[in-house]
Amino acid sequence: MAATKTTVDITAAMVTEAVPLADWLLVAPVLLTMAGGAISIIFRKKSATQPWIAITTIALVILSNIGLLNHVLTNGVVTMVMGSWLPPFGIAFTADPLGALLALTASVATMCVAVFAMNSIAENERRYGFYPFLLMLLCGVTGSFLTGDIFNLYVWFEVLLISSFGMQILGNEKVQIDGAVKYAVLNLIATTLFLAATGLLYGLVGTLNMADIAGKLKAFDNSGPMLGLATLYFLAFAMKAAAFPVNFWLPASYHTPRLVVAAIFAGLLTKVGVYALLRVMLLLMPEGRDWLASLIGIVAIATMLTGSLGALAQTDIRRLMAYLVIAGIGAMMAGIAVGNEVAVSGAIFYSMHSVLIMTALYLLVAFMFQMSGTFSLREIGGLYIRTPLGAGIGLILLLAVAGLPPFSGFWAKLLLVAGALEAGRGWVAAGILVSGLFTTIAVGRLWIFAFWRGGNEHTVDGIQALPIARSSDAADISWSIWLPLIILTALIFVIGILPETMMSITENGAKTLIDPTAYIGSVFGGIR
Amino acid sequence: MNTLIFRTVAPYLSALMMLFSVFVLLRGHNEPGGGFIGGLIAVSAFAIYGIACGVSAVRRAMKFHPMSIAASGLLLAVVSVLPSLFFSQPAMTSQWLALPFLGTVIDLSTPLFFDIGVYLVVVGAISSIALSLEERAD
Amino acid sequence: METLFSVLVGILFAGSIYLLLSRKLVRILLGIAILGNAVNLLIFTAGRLTRDVPPIIPLKSYLPVEATANPLPQALVLTAIVISFSFLAFFLVLGYRAYQELGTDDLLDMRVAEPKEHSEPPLGY
Repeated sequence: MAATKTTVDITAAMVTEAVPLADWLLVAPVLLTMAGGAISIIFRKKSATQPWIAITTIALVILSNIGLLNHVLTNGVVTMVMGSWLPPFGIAFTADPLGALLALTASVATMCVAVFAMNSIAENERRYGFYPFLLMLLCGVTGSFLTGDIFNLYVWFEVLLISSFGMQILGNEKVQIDGAVKYAVLNLIATTLFLAATGLLYGLVGTLNMADIAGKLKAFDNSGPMLGLATLYFLAFAMKAAAFPVNFWLPASYHTPRLVVAAIFAGLLTKVGVYALLRVMLLLMPEGRDWLASLIGIVAIATMLTGSLGALAQTDIRRLMAYLVIAGIGAMMAGIAVGNEVAVSGAIFYSMHSVLIMTALYLLVAFMFQMSGTFSLREIGGLYIRTPLGAGIGLILLLAVAGLPPFSGFWAKLLLVAGALEAGRGWVAAGILVSGLFTTIAVGRLWIFAFWRGGNEHTVDGIQALPIARSSDAADISWSIWLPLIILTALIFVIGILPETMMSITENGAKTLIDPTAYIGSVFGGIR
Repeated sequence: MNTLIFRTVAPYLSALMMLFSVFVLLRGHNEPGGGFIGGLIAVSAFAIYGIACGVSAVRRAMKFHPMSIAASGLLLAVVSVLPSLFFSQPAMTSQWLALPFLGTVIDLSTPLFFDIGVYLVVVGAISSIALSLEERAD
Repeated sequence: METLFSVLVGILFAGSIYLLLSRKLVRILLGIAILGNAVNLLIFTAGRLTRDVPPIIPLKSYLPVEATANPLPQALVLTAIVISFSFLAFFLVLGYRAYQELGTDDLLDMRVAEPKEHSEPPLGY
């Protein structure tokens, strides 16, 4: 009958030994952003202090993420279970090099956006809650990167989704509502599919802890249900990541919000989808990935070609950038399709690079708009004469997104191609290279049209056209616009010149993903 | 809808519901109940009061802006995660404090404060939505 | 019992997908609402069904006295209900605003954000 206290063994259910202080770095980013978001909501009327609350919070998050990455690299995968309940019962936060690296990159990108927004988000929009939304978005994104529980991943997805909805309609214009309808419906359906897959997975293995799932699925005899689930997860995350053929919501909505908002969306949101794919396909269901590999490869190539050819066909710079986001997603998926250590390392490298470069490119578009007053490739021009520094930054960023040396994108693509060739999937490598060529043409054309030629369309070479009405001089551009652009460009340049450190981290991350022993060992400690 | 009987009863009814919501919140530690459902009961109390006496009366009665209430709840929830930091335990591990008060012992715990945080978030967020919808309907 | 519920989940999914494929925004929103409920029922069924025994540990006891219903799916469903409820509220407001601003609830007419002309991009300067 009724169990008494003596029959309960605490050590079987709870963590009893002391936890090192450094493990708290795992939850620190989430707690900090949540607290920062709460504080900035309380002070939402003081629009002058808002940016500083956000910047202080994000600076602390960056510091704690640096500490976390260092902790993970020196001590291996780190796990903390909430409320001391032993896994798989307690919700676990688990950081491997992949999660820690992406969390750090995401916080750096958010910092740049927060600084950039100081002068580009209007007073009333600040009051409407730009900074609280930004902090909650970062909270959702870092939570997704660091959680070790698949249902918890769903919850973080929703946290970032609801804040992204809030940011999407900031400004309340017609186009924004139009874009928001498409963005919101498609993303909610994707997340609901993810939830459905998670429910079925729970029915299958009876656990939600990722390490536990990875262990249990490996011991599963009947792989049929698992393969079905892998396909469902693939569809759900591909939708979030905007892979072909479910990519159409992205170019339909990313040009509508404020450009800083688009910058953080392009930098973070699709990458969360790619991260979830990496996590689920490689860590949880390697068998499902092997089964789907050819499909993922075809989807990846189609995505890259859609992205790069789509970029060639655009007149509006913002839509051009949206297609470049899609092209990058294809490259990361190619790494998942190949699935060996080198290619996965390349995919991780590319995700990190893509967070920085896409944020930087949208900020560059905002800068170009401020200088020229137009988004149209027909009307823009003559920016080199007016801002040589801006043109230099633009050239670096555009070459980096095309994957040309010596910038960070080159090494990511190098790893991807090398991995594909090593695995005997030459067609994936060919796809990456061909789409790289198209991307180069698209960005080259953009740079020549926007910066190099003297003025708008039909301007003869060597003649400077009259300045366009709504434009400001380079001297008028405030430091809050220059600083994030220069920092991001410098990061991309430095990573491109000295890729060894980053490569060792991504290699480490790929190893942990492909061989889950370290991950499972960290979650279950010495118990299994 | 806005009859004399309803307008007379509504303040007492909402006061009772507020009390009940706190009861459900505190009961939630060991039995069915908790911050979320308590918060919903409190929001319905505000909603009834709002239907009877108008949105501005509710805003006056709430003293603080609903969003501020939600934000302070979030902050309280975050703070309640922290105490285990000082005992080198994982985050959210519950800490207990037996507080003697007027002859009885009150067990205070961090989950209680977390739950109060949830209560405040629910009260703030949902009543903010409800009030703005009601304002639009006027 | 689970089989019966699986069939029900299937019917709900089919209905919601039918609605989601519609051109009218209102129907899409209804489809999203049904989709959320279908998934909730799916999780609940996936956790196996047990009748009449709520997972509550009686006072003065440290373990459940008898085999109870699985509490985890209930917690998951509760979370999912809260989230889908708040999203539905957001969507209803968004749909209403879209109808007010754009003057239509037909998705084929919602082309404000699309480029105006379908001309080629500039091929040279």
